[in-house]
Amino acid sequence: MQIYRSHVLICNDSTCAQLDSGKIMEEFGAQLKKNKLENEVKVLTAGCPGMCEQGPVVVVYPEGTVYTMVKPENVKEIVEEHLLKRKIVKRLLHKDMMEEGDTPAKALDDTKYFKKQLRIALRNCGIINPEDINEYIEHDGYKALEKVLTGMTPLEVIDTVKKSGLRGRGGGGFPTGLKWEFAYKSQDDEKYVCCNADEGDPGAFMDRSILEGDPHSIIEAMTIAGYAIGSKQGFIYVRAEYPIAVKRLDIAIQQAKEHGFLGENVLNTGFSFDIELRLGAGAFVCGEETALMTSIEGKRGEPRPRPPFPAVKGLWQKPTLLNNVETYANIPVIILKGPEWFASIGTEKSKGTKVFAIGGKINNTGLIEIPMGTTLREVIFDIGGGIPNGKKFKAAQTGGPSGGCIPASHMDTPIEYDTLVQLGSMMGSGGLIVMDEDTCMVDIAKFFLEFTVDESCGKCPPCRIGTKRMLEILEKITSGKGTEEDIEKLEILANNIKLSALCGLGQTAPNPVLSTLRYFRDEYEAHVKEKKCPAGVCKSMIHYVINEALCKSCGICARNCPVNCISGQRGEPYVIAQEKCIKCGTCMVKCPFKAIFKNV
Amino acid sequence: MKPIEKMEKTREGAIGQTTGGKQDVRMRIAVGMATCGIAAGAKQVMDAFNEELKRRNINDVKTVLVGCRGACRLEPLVEITGENGEMVTYVNMTPEKVARVVAEHVVNGRICIDYTVGTEVE
Repeated sequence: MQIYRSHVLICNDSTCAQLDSGKIMEEFGAQLKKNKLENEVKVLTAGCPGMCEQGPVVVVYPEGTVYTMVKPENVKEIVEEHLLKRKIVKRLLHKDMMEEGDTPAKALDDTKYFKKQLRIALRNCGIINPEDINEYIEHDGYKALEKVLTGMTPLEVIDTVKKSGLRGRGGGGFPTGLKWEFAYKSQDDEKYVCCNADEGDPGAFMDRSILEGDPHSIIEAMTIAGYAIGSKQGFIYVRAEYPIAVKRLDIAIQQAKEHGFLGENVLNTGFSFDIELRLGAGAFVCGEETALMTSIEGKRGEPRPRPPFPAVKGLWQKPTLLNNVETYANIPVIILKGPEWFASIGTEKSKGTKVFAIGGKINNTGLIEIPMGTTLREVIFDIGGGIPNGKKFKAAQTGGPSGGCIPASHMDTPIEYDTLVQLGSMMGSGGLIVMDEDTCMVDIAKFFLEFTVDESCGKCPPCRIGTKRMLEILEKITSGKGTEEDIEKLEILANNIKLSALCGLGQTAPNPVLSTLRYFRDEYEAHVKEKKCPAGVCKSMIHYVINEALCKSCGICARNCPVNCISGQRGEPYVIAQEKCIKCGTCMVKCPFKAIFKNV
Repeated sequence: MKPIEKMEKTREGAIGQTTGGKQDVRMRIAVGMATCGIAAGAKQVMDAFNEELKRRNINDVKTVLVGCRGACRLEPLVEITGENGEMVTYVNMTPEKVARVVAEHVVNGRICIDYTVGTEVE
């Protein structure tokens, strides 16, 4: 007698039969065959288990799993997940069989993706209508401003921000309260408050999200900052590539003025503050604070040496306070809930939360906000849902072109400003790109360097010439012409640029190279010594071959080859002409017999 | 009226704006319309909701645009809040799905469970 490892019982009662149980039966047969399980799993019809209102019912033994309301299109999933991988398809389970918390989430807040998050900066994003000030007011909007203007002195406000432990969310992590204090202490007839919304890191979009979803929180925070440092004029420097953010900011500023939260005599307290928008033309360097201010002044966006720092001599040589969008978004909450509350979140040196834009090789891409000190593992596997297609995690890149990689061995390090710097990366504005085993780290370093070479403003030679030379060396290495000497040269050059460039852009530009060299030197060495790209990415070091034994000479590869470099005849295996091949990989994808391989 | 008093009034008047707790609004349909949502087709979804509500003469349900919830891959994302404050998140919405959501959820109070977020996120 044939022994089956699993039995699938499908209710064939009249109610269920009406509900397509016949089709489900057929579909099981087809799917089992497709997965070559027909000798391991037996499908049987069964009588009514008495759950007709939830039919059609499918029961899988030996587990005794009861699936209800099964549709023919669910069968594939049950076969592939439950019968092949032995993972129960929870959302199809009968209600009584679900453990608590297993119910299919009806609201986003109930999902695992959301439960580990703590939303402070993003508190209103996606909740309120950004174009209606009343909705912001209902969510405690402008309450902090009222509290500040009616009951706090500027020094008390600054003290509150200092006590909260808030640090700059734009990347550097400078204590925000200290910045405010410096700007307060600088004596001058005019002072300015600026908001840096020139979000340029590839992959980061939290500033856009806040401006589009909750623009009033930035206006409120900037007005509070204006009161604290003694300024009457604010500027928001926002990318012109964010038209929706610009539109909503315009509407919000208008509404705030109508309601007396902005403009002359704010809330009848005698304090006046106005905000204007300035649109950036898309230069990455304008996200650097001194270049940003030069650009607001109407000049070409180029950085200038510090000191003097903006808090002393900023816009038009006047004391200027410059903070990032996400930093401002935290301010109203800190004022309302108190600095102690804020300081209780996070770690000793990094308080509060941080927003990350997670992308790359990860299942749940998106925008998340987590308490400082959360580990990379929690972010990637609990919130991010792990790596797609069962691939292995290799590294995560934080801080964009100014940051570096964190390898798998450091996955349990808590995410905070100082630990990331120790690892050779940085918090940055919050882009977090996940890379799996198929990513070549030399190629990644090259990608980020291409970006900085493009975006270098050209003012100082280390950045203008140095990064270009670094890129040339990397191109040499990835095209298989590199030598061991090149790696050394690259390292010396990187360290020199770091020490000598004028602004943050140049000083951090070598970071992607230095951090990949630190953790993945073996990959660089494989490229120059063995002329091999271990991840199989660098095109000059891979080639596609057809396995003679597996080839059925169907000719599909030849027909799909964009450069016609595959030839062959009936009855004989096909051959790829290597000198003509552009290594696009189409043939490997198209081959129905999996006879084409990528040789690394 | 002093601005602060005016603000207090606004705050009182605003209560229920977002929760749907106002007497004449029994349900609030929030369509994610940040860059990510609009790129995925949120405008068409919003139009479809407005048309469907108008066609059925439903006046006590409010549609609003909201920002990004951070799950951009699931856009267009629609969150419906009922009188009791319970929220249901529909993901990957299309104008075609809207008709059923209005008929079943808005009119008859039956959640279209197969369109909700639970089937998309583990």
